[in-house]
Amino acid sequence: MAIFYLTRKEHFNAAHKLFNPAWSSEKNEEVFGKCANENWHGHNFELYVTVKGEPNPDTGFIVDAKLLSSIIKLHVVDILDHRNLNLDVPFMKDKLCSIENLVYGIWNELHPHIPKGVSLHCIKLVETPRIFVEYYGE
Amino acid sequence: MANKVAVYRKEHFNAAHRLHNPSLSQDENDRLFGKCNLPNYHGHNYELILKVTGEVDPITGYVMDTKLLSDLVNEHVISKFDHRNLNLDVPAFKQLNPTAENIAIVIFNILRPLLSEQLDLQVRLYETPRNFVEYPAS
Repeated sequence: MAIFYLTRKEHFNAAHKLFNPAWSSEKNEEVFGKCANENWHGHNFELYVTVKGEPNPDTGFIVDAKLLSSIIKLHVVDILDHRNLNLDVPFMKDKLCSIENLVYGIWNELHPHIPKGVSLHCIKLVETPRIFVEYYGE
Repeated sequence: MANKVAVYRKEHFNAAHRLHNPSLSQDENDRLFGKCNLPNYHGHNYELILKVTGEVDPITGYVMDTKLLSDLVNEHVISKFDHRNLNLDVPAFKQLNPTAENIAIVIFNILRPLLSEQLDLQVRLYETPRNFVEYPAS
């Protein structure tokens, strides 16, 4: 049977900063530059969630994309949208707020809720039109 | 003889903000601004498009040197807005709600005196790929 990958795209807007509390302000600024600004900055994040599976013979699709969207909204977008990622998001508490760590956290939040019949393949998080990360669960 | 041409320069900055009117109650702020009022800020990738309209200079063939326009925008706007908190770090928004409308007006007022009176300026500001404003309205 053929395997297909389906991607659902969502978005959220949030503030964050890159800051390692174990370091001095000078060291943070040296490593993270303007991303360490103590008063935060922010982005329009775009989130691509890709699942993998075989089409259901009754529907022709591997997963109901609307259902996948509701799951992403409930477990990720509603938690992150219009929030401060460093201060307001339980799964980022005490973590460095890089997009690598954020996408890892999003994977762990979503993974238990992926519908039966498909598996989570990739999460891509776009921070700016020029910077994005992908995580494949490795 | 007026053979006017519009030239455009696109720039971007990433910033945090929140919408809040301190003269209103918290309930009123909630009602008017919803999640944009959340206390710990959120953020956007702002895209700024400047439109400069004028006659083509017969010597240079330019309406305006777009490198010069870019230098002016970077020195007077981007360097002050990028990776900042608009409410806390940009003096113009100490008493002014940093809506896209107000940000566009502030940017226009910064740049207008720096350009020749022979040139018209219009500012288009994208707060998200789906929300944008123009000032002055044409």
